[in-house]
Amino acid sequence: MAPDIDSIAPTEAVADSIDLTPMPGETLVFDKPESLRSTLTHYCPGCHHGTAHRLVAELLDEMQLREKAIVIGSIGCSVFIYNYLDIDAVEAPHGRGPAAATGVKRARPDKFVFTYQGDGDLASIGMAEIMHAANRGERLSVVFVNNTVYGMTGGQMAPTTLIGQKTTTCPGGRCLEREGAPIRMAEIIASLGGVAYSARVSLDSVKNIRAAKKALRRAFEVQTEGVGFGFVELLSGCPTNWRMTPVQANNRIRTEMIPYFPLGVFKDVATLNTEGE
Amino acid sequence: MTQRTGKRVFIKGNEAVGYGALAAGCRCYFGYPITPQNEIPEMLSSALVEAGGEFVQAESELAAANMLLGAVSTGVRAMTSSSSPGISLMQEAISYMAGSELPGVIVNMNRGGPGLGDIGPAQGDYYQSTRGGGHGDYRTMVIAPSTCQEAYDMMIEAFDLAYKYRNPVLVLGDGIIGGMKEPVTLWQPEKTDDKVEGWQLDGAKGREKRLICSLFLAEGALAQQNRHLLAKYTLMQKEARAECFMTDDAELVVVAFGSMGRIAKSGVRKLREAGHKIGLVRPITLYPFPTDVLADLAARGCRFLTIEHNTGQMVDDVRLAVRKHADSDFFGIMPGDMPGAEDLMAPMIDALGRK
Repeated sequence: MAPDIDSIAPTEAVADSIDLTPMPGETLVFDKPESLRSTLTHYCPGCHHGTAHRLVAELLDEMQLREKAIVIGSIGCSVFIYNYLDIDAVEAPHGRGPAAATGVKRARPDKFVFTYQGDGDLASIGMAEIMHAANRGERLSVVFVNNTVYGMTGGQMAPTTLIGQKTTTCPGGRCLEREGAPIRMAEIIASLGGVAYSARVSLDSVKNIRAAKKALRRAFEVQTEGVGFGFVELLSGCPTNWRMTPVQANNRIRTEMIPYFPLGVFKDVATLNTEGE
Repeated sequence: MTQRTGKRVFIKGNEAVGYGALAAGCRCYFGYPITPQNEIPEMLSSALVEAGGEFVQAESELAAANMLLGAVSTGVRAMTSSSSPGISLMQEAISYMAGSELPGVIVNMNRGGPGLGDIGPAQGDYYQSTRGGGHGDYRTMVIAPSTCQEAYDMMIEAFDLAYKYRNPVLVLGDGIIGGMKEPVTLWQPEKTDDKVEGWQLDGAKGREKRLICSLFLAEGALAQQNRHLLAKYTLMQKEARAECFMTDDAELVVVAFGSMGRIAKSGVRKLREAGHKIGLVRPITLYPFPTDVLADLAARGCRFLTIEHNTGQMVDDVRLAVRKHADSDFFGIMPGDMPGAEDLMAPMIDALGRK
């Protein structure tokens, strides 16, 4: 079942554009990518979706993919990615992004097709779809935002919630015996035969954001080069549902998330082989 | 429709579905194995690929239907097929497709239910097919073949209707249609213009970006979308069709669809030969339902007997259609039982005797 989206403002109400034209006497020193629209996002202060969107948009520009890109929106906070990226988009039901993307790519193999999914969408309700799309080696790219909670519905426990982490549905903290251990998706995806690239990066610091862009580029390249499935897990902050300031949230990524979700490239191959290595 | 000439082959209804899809220019098939429709993916796994299309055996019916959603969003002709339990899993995507106004053809070779039921024929999915089936307020078009030739013909029709109305179209057969072998003429239709240029997703090159979604959060936006969908469903009503057999002077009209319609026809024919004024209406489209045909017969004073391979579903629509002048009796073959012509004649003789 899809999360309740009543809690956020209507699409059109937040879709106001901002004018980025410099005023007289001002010099433009930082511009937005062409693939990013001048739309104000509905994201909370300190949320990393904006950073992730920008990285994706920069790469669409740099790799000249904007005019042939189709994004499959998922259900969760990032459902409105289709308002923020200036590319064609189709909305898939909760967790079904990789299945819908398979349909898009099989129908239009010449297009650049990617999903953008949260941890509830991808690692819980959509686990079957992500695993099989990856295993088939669909020529797709997947941007996976892991912030260890269900953001849009108000901070419930996610499959990635850390042991001991308190959420609205595990108020005493996630318990290993009761709820199991958080799922490490980038490593699982890397183990599948159809995958050409799988990495985990973090958006907590400038250094890590630069590394994240490199990883995303590679996940896009394995599609455009026809090698196989590309996957990037982005460790991201959700200050609102973590009940933290943005600075505290960045610190939590470093001190709590990265130790459990190690950063790194778990697979990067030039060609797929039958051993799946 | 063009002239119906072509190679004549002796094939199963499931294969006729596959050949019909190929003739209709279907480019992508997504599906998951389930009896009694396995010949459809089996034949398309080679025939569609040989024709330059794409075949994907999905990880589930859930995924298959969402692959369909993705493929048709790019404006290509695509389909899936399954049987009852699998169709239940597809309802999520079908609802999204209806809400997003996406075309797409879904074949259901109805088997016995509820639950896992059996793998024999049944018509227990009538409500699910004609009332939307998934969450929200929507309708899918539903057409019901009663022969292998119709299974072929209706695949061609289904694709045309799906793209004409940008709406999912269900082809509702059953285990009888799917597994039965008959001679089928493989005629080739003329190519239809699907008019997808205005909405298909093919990359925002030299145009504004496009969005296909079923989410409408702005004040009044969802109500407007539902009004728009309702207007479309109203427009669809003109596609309603039924086969009328010996109804001109009939006093008792039997109403049955799909394979039951065909078996009932044998009974009606025999009773005609015995001098009874009996006829048959076989709805070909189940949504839109051929209300006018039945209403006209009711106004003429006909009595009605609805026969289905379920415990009574279409009879609701028959009663609504004839309600100003008549009612309808009902006779149901239980899902799990397999009727012959004599089984369906008994309730007809009974109804004739009640006068």
